[in-house]
Amino acid sequence: MTSTILEMRDITKTFPGVKALSNVNLSVEEGEIHAVVGENGAGKSTLMKVLSGVYASGTYEGAIVYRGEECHFKGIHDSEHKGIVIIHQELALVPMLSIAENIFLGNEHAKFGIIDWNANETRTSALLKKVGLKEDPKTLITNIGVGKQQLVEIAKALSKEVKLLILDEPTASLSEKDSQALLDLLLEFKRQGMTSILISHKLNEVNRVADKVTVIRDGRTIETLARKDISEDRIITSMVGRSLDDRYPPREPKIGETVLQVKNWSVYHPIHAERQVIKGIDISVRKGEVVGIAGLMGAGRTEFAMSLFGRSYGRHITGEVLLKGKPIDVSSVSKAVDHGIAYVTEDRKTYGLNLIDHIKHNITLANLSGVSRHSVIDDMRELAVANDYKAKTNIRSSSVYQMTGNLSGGNQQKVVLSKWLFANPEVLILDEPTRGIDVGAKYEIYTIIARLASEGKAIIVISSEMPELLGITDRIYVMNEGRMVGEMAASDASQEKIMRAIVRGEGKAS
Amino acid sequence: MSTESAPAPKSGVAEDVQPGPRVAVSALITNLREYGLILALIAIMVFFQFTTSGTLFKPVNLSNLVQQNSFIIVMALGMLLVIVSGHIDLSVGSVAGFIGALAAMMMVIWPLGPLSNPLVVSIICLIIGGGIGAAQGYWIAYHRIPSFIVTLAGMLIFRGICQALLGGGSSVGPLPDGFKALSSGFIPDVIGPLTLIPPTVNAAGKTIMGSGLTLHMTTIVLGVVAVLAYAYFGLRARRTREQHGYEAEPFALFVVKTLVTSALALFLVYQFASYRGLPIVLMVMGVLIALFVFVTKRMTIGRRIYAMGGNAKAAQLSGIKTERLTLMVFVNMGVLSALGGLIIAARLGQAVPAAGLGSELDVIAAVFIGGASAMGGVGQVIGAVVGGFIMGVMNNGMSIMGVNVDWQQVVKGLVLLGAVVFDVYNKNKG
Repeated sequence: MTSTILEMRDITKTFPGVKALSNVNLSVEEGEIHAVVGENGAGKSTLMKVLSGVYASGTYEGAIVYRGEECHFKGIHDSEHKGIVIIHQELALVPMLSIAENIFLGNEHAKFGIIDWNANETRTSALLKKVGLKEDPKTLITNIGVGKQQLVEIAKALSKEVKLLILDEPTASLSEKDSQALLDLLLEFKRQGMTSILISHKLNEVNRVADKVTVIRDGRTIETLARKDISEDRIITSMVGRSLDDRYPPREPKIGETVLQVKNWSVYHPIHAERQVIKGIDISVRKGEVVGIAGLMGAGRTEFAMSLFGRSYGRHITGEVLLKGKPIDVSSVSKAVDHGIAYVTEDRKTYGLNLIDHIKHNITLANLSGVSRHSVIDDMRELAVANDYKAKTNIRSSSVYQMTGNLSGGNQQKVVLSKWLFANPEVLILDEPTRGIDVGAKYEIYTIIARLASEGKAIIVISSEMPELLGITDRIYVMNEGRMVGEMAASDASQEKIMRAIVRGEGKAS
Repeated sequence: MSTESAPAPKSGVAEDVQPGPRVAVSALITNLREYGLILALIAIMVFFQFTTSGTLFKPVNLSNLVQQNSFIIVMALGMLLVIVSGHIDLSVGSVAGFIGALAAMMMVIWPLGPLSNPLVVSIICLIIGGGIGAAQGYWIAYHRIPSFIVTLAGMLIFRGICQALLGGGSSVGPLPDGFKALSSGFIPDVIGPLTLIPPTVNAAGKTIMGSGLTLHMTTIVLGVVAVLAYAYFGLRARRTREQHGYEAEPFALFVVKTLVTSALALFLVYQFASYRGLPIVLMVMGVLIALFVFVTKRMTIGRRIYAMGGNAKAAQLSGIKTERLTLMVFVNMGVLSALGGLIIAARLGQAVPAAGLGSELDVIAAVFIGGASAMGGVGQVIGAVVGGFIMGVMNNGMSIMGVNVDWQQVVKGLVLLGAVVFDVYNKNKG
């Protein structure tokens, strides 16, 4: 009989204000491929970070029992020492170093600090053979594709005498062919007796390779399914069947004429010019309407929105944008803003705020002409505007002179929102407007969205949280791999329907 | 969908609210930090006043101090914007040297006829300076070549051209008096001097040097008007705030601040007036400082520069044309470097191959001592100016004390490091 290699018992991990994991249990048998599935933000990656020691022992509650002994990993080094290796979604390779250098980075065959390149390269060749990668060990990482880079990561894991391999969304950025090869490799490893944990939300892949599936939702273990019980429908129900802990403000939609229409929108990747990221999207939004775009991470939703907003993403952008039936030019951010389009970013710290400046300056930044005359800023008018929006969006701070870097996530989001409300747009694109903020602040954001819609704005909400889309939108587009794979009225939609559109769309897209 | 039993989330936790009194305290702390720099300058001045047995504040030495350091401060104004926008410019010393050489060639050597008029030459030189800034800024803004590299190249290129223009190691001069007035001239006394104490006359009928007291009245009047205007605008800004229902800084703090600043200014004005009046270069500098304070504090372009330095991506996504803005910052730097070059040449009365050599480091140091952040987005014009004066007073004071030039550099280096360490330490604590 097989024995249990890993048992995680009652893992609870709290971040300030958020309970990311609560009493999660995971039990993995030796030699199996164990899939962990769940929606974005369900807690899969957090769980793996607990396991690999990224979150050191003591910062969470619960026990990790690995090969019969309880482990207290203080860092990733400890877990790797025991043969637990995690390969993250974002690859951790140094682009300008060679394959061999990357594989043995920090772990070089060396004597007295002098690297023995021959030994490194010989071992690298052997490892590359194991993962089926035909490349010269001296090739630079930057010169090979993402699929091959993934294989290098696995070879790197093998070099550490891995016993338990954890793959976090390994196929997220791979083509269909590379994904298949990777899954085959996993099966091959399994035949050799290795244990793997596969984190994924691509159910067809899970279906293909997994011996067991553990479903995580809202930081809790929902169930673990054995091979014979695995079916897409069963997993989907498990993944989304949450009890509604959130509430949404009531709203009476008053929908008018079409405001924004996008036709046949196509975008190519900014660096990999041959990769088409957005593949001919049509979308429209009407006055007073809240339209949702559902999809999984990497579906291309943010890329679509940013390319639309002044070509802030991608290149070779083609397609047509119509505002109230007239074609408009949105080739720069200021032109898009002038036409009344605003985009509230999903990444407020990187793209939304000047964190070393205060609330007042951040709020007026996108519409400085609104508080100035002849390019001279009217300090009093600016202050009045800032205080007005602070009250309207309920930003909690000592004054508008507080640095935005010191605000909580929810309040930062309200500052970004205020900035774009002050720009007075007709079309407001909100990208993950409630990501990483607590329940109370979420409700406030929903209230603002509802109010804006009743004022006649056209609103597009991009969100990975399906209940949120169902709760606040009138119509939902479903996007997957750069295409719109579904459109439904929110009243007809359900989480199962959306998930089904995504999963079915996956096959079509390849 | 069920809607049962979940408590309706009300307005969440008031995690960011600070209690009222702490606001006043924090305002005081911010002010202290802001004025700490000025206090440091005053402390340094007092220190040298003692160690040089009173020479530092002598009217003639104050004029010297201004004339020797004005080019640093003029260039620091441009450098502040460069550093705030997240860049650096290493070429300013070389550009200044090159422009000085160019100006001298145009005025003294090349047969340009009426074009060799100092004013015409100065204007042409400022335009060329802007062109140099644009040429460097183009690579930085539109091709994303790191400014450190572009301007390092500029530093080599323009020093080379400067030396080539002057034909190897020679200097070109003398420059016309009208041009030299830019640095060594004083404003004319249109009101006429006021003799308080008649000078002592010796037996030979000559006045004894340094005796008697005659005041340059135009300087006095200008100084008093400036101080009154400063107090008036300060009061008016307070009133506007109050009229709009916002609390201003505590009145006592405002009064103390205004009085101390005014007293200091009037003291300096008096010292200048008892010598030959305000140096022209000080007037130029004063106008530029006022202009740059206005641009950075009140104008949209200033705001955009700070936003770009604080978070370029966010600024771009807010509709700010960051490339063009970067270009403009470097054009501005080029113009001010050219002005700095003209001031140096005017002070020396000739163009020399080493003019402005190494001054980029003084300029950059002035901006960092003034509290700018090397990461961009943070820095004040007044800070850079005070930083420039701190460097200047140290140069001047140590020279009078007879400190060896080698050791002067050591001291300046330590002050730079100390100032920035103090700043970073303060920020981490705050």
